[in-house]
Amino acid sequence: MYFLSFIEELGKYLAMLLSLFTKPERFSMYWKETMRQMVNIGVGSLIIVGIVSTFVGGVTAVQFSNQIMGLELIPMWWLGYIIRDSMILELAPTITGLLLAGKIGSNISSELGSMRITEQIDALEIMGVNTPAYLIGPKIIAGLFVMPLLVIIAVFLGIIGGMLAGVLGGYYSMAEYIRGTQDMFVPWYAFMMLIKSAVFGFIICSISAYYGYNVKGGALAIGEASTKAVVNSCIIIIIANFILAFILL
Amino acid sequence: MIEISNIEKAFGTQQVLKGISTTFETGQCNLIIGRSGSGKTVFLKCMVGLFQPDKGSIKFDGRDVIQMERKDKQALRKEIGMLFQGNALFDSLTVAENIQFPLDMFTHMSQAEKTERVNFCLKRVALTGAEKKYPGEISGGMMKRVGIARAIVMNPKYLFCDEPNSGLDPKTAIVIDELIKEITEEYQMTTVINTHDMNSVMGIGDKVVYLSNGVKSWEGNKSEIMNTTNEDLYDFIFASDFLKGLQKAAVGKK
Repeated sequence: MYFLSFIEELGKYLAMLLSLFTKPERFSMYWKETMRQMVNIGVGSLIIVGIVSTFVGGVTAVQFSNQIMGLELIPMWWLGYIIRDSMILELAPTITGLLLAGKIGSNISSELGSMRITEQIDALEIMGVNTPAYLIGPKIIAGLFVMPLLVIIAVFLGIIGGMLAGVLGGYYSMAEYIRGTQDMFVPWYAFMMLIKSAVFGFIICSISAYYGYNVKGGALAIGEASTKAVVNSCIIIIIANFILAFILL
Repeated sequence: MIEISNIEKAFGTQQVLKGISTTFETGQCNLIIGRSGSGKTVFLKCMVGLFQPDKGSIKFDGRDVIQMERKDKQALRKEIGMLFQGNALFDSLTVAENIQFPLDMFTHMSQAEKTERVNFCLKRVALTGAEKKYPGEISGGMMKRVGIARAIVMNPKYLFCDEPNSGLDPKTAIVIDELIKEITEEYQMTTVINTHDMNSVMGIGDKVVYLSNGVKSWEGNKSEIMNTTNEDLYDFIFASDFLKGLQKAAVGKK
């Protein structure tokens, strides 16, 4: 029963994605909407991503420093290297992804859900607008491009956080930390981080849009759609994270 | 003219429309009335293409919308204007931007031409001066006017209104009815209105179609409705003893 309902949902989701590939009625309107979504997703999430990633970098520094301190085999300047790679490979993309699944996911699903129940989507349909393409397409494109930018910022702030926590906590000097962040850098990891974050951006925006666009009922249904959007986005991000790590590393 | 022939629509096992046929003439206000759950909204949504009927045909001046290719359907939709029960205005856009939206999406007009057209429509619905307000900042009656202005901005040939008077006080409802009637005659549109409001029936009902349990139970005009012999329709229209008394007095006077 659950399996059949999962297959049905998956089919509807794929059909929705397929319906995005049509010629826009007016390119300038789609462009304008995409820019609006980029600002909403990007600028609107900057502060929360900044705060969370700085503290994640800081706490990683404190915990690793406490474990490494006293072990003469591992020099303290390695902390820079550990924090940098932890942020790039795992912490920045995954934590930003989960954070934005909550923030952007609920936002997108409730926006589209309220448009559905107030007949705004019907109004666009009657005008002759391809509503999935106009309402969902720009959100997915914005997610694909903005998410990697946010993750780059998260990595940078996470490394800064690690430096502040370690230096102020007296675990290592700034010179040691900077030496660590510059050592043994693998460019492929950064590329992998960008792929991961673009995939997470796509997952968040498309799944949330799917639940919001297909809302039926009233205010209660919008709440349910938002919850489903956030929970399912988080689960799929975690699964995709594992699969991508497996494939790309 | 819109010709409806034998329309049927079911949701699962529930048959909502059971073979409705009628014609809506150009330049007239055609009203669909009926009890809640009688199939009015589904009928209207089938006409505008939001629902696909299971059987029958819907011809807009000879063009059968059910048989149409998607591309032709999109083109036909540009000839349709619709006023929704809840107005369906875009919250994030101002009044002027709401009205301008179809022009932005489907025309190559310059901004000056679009502004001129928006101002013309705003003037036509007596809303000049409200351009920069957001839907949340205006009254229900004003929202209806904005909805009408947006519906007519593309010069549609067909205007559909779903419960245009819901949530309005009786005086504002009459003003909205008169506005729809004037616009219909002025632009020679085929207007189809879905309503419960008997004031609308008696005020602007050039043609009235009464639906009951998914079938067309009666059709006629506002004069004929007063003398109806259809008991179901009689019960629907003169639901209160007060109205029944008024009807008897009116018929008695004749």
